[in-house]
Amino acid sequence: MIKKLIEALLDDIKEIGTTFAEGDIKTRLSFVIFGLGPLLRGQIVKGLAYLAAEAGIIWYIAAFGWTYLSKLKTLGTIETHKEGRITVYGDNSFLILLFGLLTIIAVIALIFIWRENVRENHDEEETLKEGKELPSNRKVLSSLLDKNFDKTLLALPVTGIFVFTVLPILFMICVAFTNYDKNHQSPTNLFTWVGLDNFRQLFKFGSSGFGTTFLAVLGWTMVWAFFATFIDYFLGMAVAVMINKKGIRFKKLWRTILVLTIAVPQIVSLLYISKMFATDGLVNGYLLKFGLIKSAIPFWSDPMLARIMIIVINIWIGIPYMMLIATGLLMNIPAELYESAKMDGANQVQMFRHITLPYMLFVTGPFLLTQFTGNLNNFNVIYLLNRGGPQSMKMAENAGRTDLLVTWLYKMTVNNTNYKMASVIGIMVFLVTAITSLIVYNMLPSVKDEEGFQ
Amino acid sequence: MKRKEQIGNAIIYVILVLMSIIWLFPFFGLIMQSFRSYDPKVEYGGMVDYIIPHRFSLDNYKFLFSGQTNFLRWYGNTLTIAVFVSLFSTAIILCVSYALSRMRFKGRTFLMRFWLILGMFPGFLTMICLYFLLKSVGLTQEGAIPGLILISVANSGMGYYVCKGYFDTIPKSLDEAALIDGASRARIFFTMIVPLSKPIVIYTALTTFLAPWCDYVFASYVAFGHDKSYNVAVALQRWVFTNDYQGYFTRFCAGGILVAVPVTILFMWLQKYYVEGVTGGAVKG
Repeated sequence: MIKKLIEALLDDIKEIGTTFAEGDIKTRLSFVIFGLGPLLRGQIVKGLAYLAAEAGIIWYIAAFGWTYLSKLKTLGTIETHKEGRITVYGDNSFLILLFGLLTIIAVIALIFIWRENVRENHDEEETLKEGKELPSNRKVLSSLLDKNFDKTLLALPVTGIFVFTVLPILFMICVAFTNYDKNHQSPTNLFTWVGLDNFRQLFKFGSSGFGTTFLAVLGWTMVWAFFATFIDYFLGMAVAVMINKKGIRFKKLWRTILVLTIAVPQIVSLLYISKMFATDGLVNGYLLKFGLIKSAIPFWSDPMLARIMIIVINIWIGIPYMMLIATGLLMNIPAELYESAKMDGANQVQMFRHITLPYMLFVTGPFLLTQFTGNLNNFNVIYLLNRGGPQSMKMAENAGRTDLLVTWLYKMTVNNTNYKMASVIGIMVFLVTAITSLIVYNMLPSVKDEEGFQ
Repeated sequence: MKRKEQIGNAIIYVILVLMSIIWLFPFFGLIMQSFRSYDPKVEYGGMVDYIIPHRFSLDNYKFLFSGQTNFLRWYGNTLTIAVFVSLFSTAIILCVSYALSRMRFKGRTFLMRFWLILGMFPGFLTMICLYFLLKSVGLTQEGAIPGLILISVANSGMGYYVCKGYFDTIPKSLDEAALIDGASRARIFFTMIVPLSKPIVIYTALTTFLAPWCDYVFASYVAFGHDKSYNVAVALQRWVFTNDYQGYFTRFCAGGILVAVPVTILFMWLQKYYVEGVTGGAVKG
């Protein structure tokens, strides 16, 4: 693959070379002043677009980018200090990193625009050589609503995602390789590159390392995602089968009651349920009153109990969702399958095991995968119910016994301002999600055998 | 045989009734507690171990509507965010879905893969960076509401899966016929595809409208320390975790009801479209 890439690159360079060698003066000047060729050939719209892009990027690099980029290697050297009574602000590592990254991206963008600009000149010359006319400016503009409508549609979303997702993610990945934490907060203090130290810290076992906590949290995250996904899946399907069974009445009523859990915002329902099971809550209150228990059950402060409770309460949320999906799909199973099974003397359970289940597994494979990765990052259920508690002295950075990697990450960011380790955990979450997705995706029956069941 | 069937049905009814009780119980409790009185002579204002209030009263609701709290303002904030996010995000998702479903352009598969990978990073990772970006343009604290709208809308493009899946099922021959008749892509999009996709437009608008009601993590981070910029989720969360002595628990219940009732009615009203969306999305993955 790398060989192919290099070949493509070499071809590209060759093409650029011939464009320059064989091109006229307009084309050659365009190598420096973007869009000059199109402008001189009457392609005002395109020419101006290239020129504006070049001017904008170069202005950014010259005016701001360059200063930040030159400090990117150290992330700043001048500390904020006091001269007499006046605070003199030094370098701001945060800004240097952010705008340094942006400058690198700007340079890459400039190269790409330059390449497109050269290609545009090449194409225009070819068209003119063939004796054809270049499209009018109006046509170029109106193509943005027709042939090039994709560019119009995607311009805004792509920009938004770049500024508010891509750039922040790149920034945070870089933070994982710095010592940005509560002792190195910009603008008062500098932070700097530390290489792989944070990753070493993550895998270091012992009192100062994160190793034990990380493994404990990761383990619970996987266990949670597994149970939360599969218990809900099978129970939800079972409920759907029950409601859909011939002869059961008030189908709509049952469905509506269950769907209420999806309709009511989780912030309301989950917080209330969390309080319901508190030591001074309703459930304990009634159990005590009826004399079933002598002292309140510590639903949220016993680690094992808290974990079980979270999985059980998640069923309350998960069943309705799965029930909705399964109801739609169950109707698609050909009725003849069931009829012929009945003729052969199969009972309900056998039919479920040999017809319903395989069909559903086949159809909902990708859905199960998204559910699983969604549960790996299921912040709401964990945090609203128990805030990841109970906390444990044995765990690093206030991690609790029911913390998932994401809730731990959140605590590190907000409570401990330990940004460097939060970033490391973020990268780990990404790796876990990506690896599970890859492995499971390749195991899915619907990927291996697209034709089955059709 | 008939008898066996009847027993089977009876068992199912028992299970369904039991489930209904379990499923409705928290809501029943929430409603009951929200009507508890506020009078210390009648009952203690915090958490109690019984479900039926000693005296029904509207004290908690009166509190929410009185000037003692900014609840109405928080409610307005949330509604503003939800309406704007819903409008703009739906527009963006429709644009992205149409481009990815109908048009073939250079970098299309790259873009889809790239966004898929981006989606695997946890959302909270970028919180501090986003906070800084917003702060630099003055959209935190006092400006938190437009800031939150901006972030949600800007990133909404990546949630195109369900909508694109729906567009994929609309036959391409329709587009081709219109193109031959001289219609432009934009015209096809606005006059054919969007009207044909009413269910998915409503689904997208509904889900994007519902999300802000639950957003307390980022909302509380962006509005940090500025009471007037909170949304209801932040407020409810705070009330629950304030200690219960002053009766904030029952206030939470009343506030929760005020949030849940309109949202639930809206959801139930548009339920059909929601079901269509999630089922379609689940099958196509």
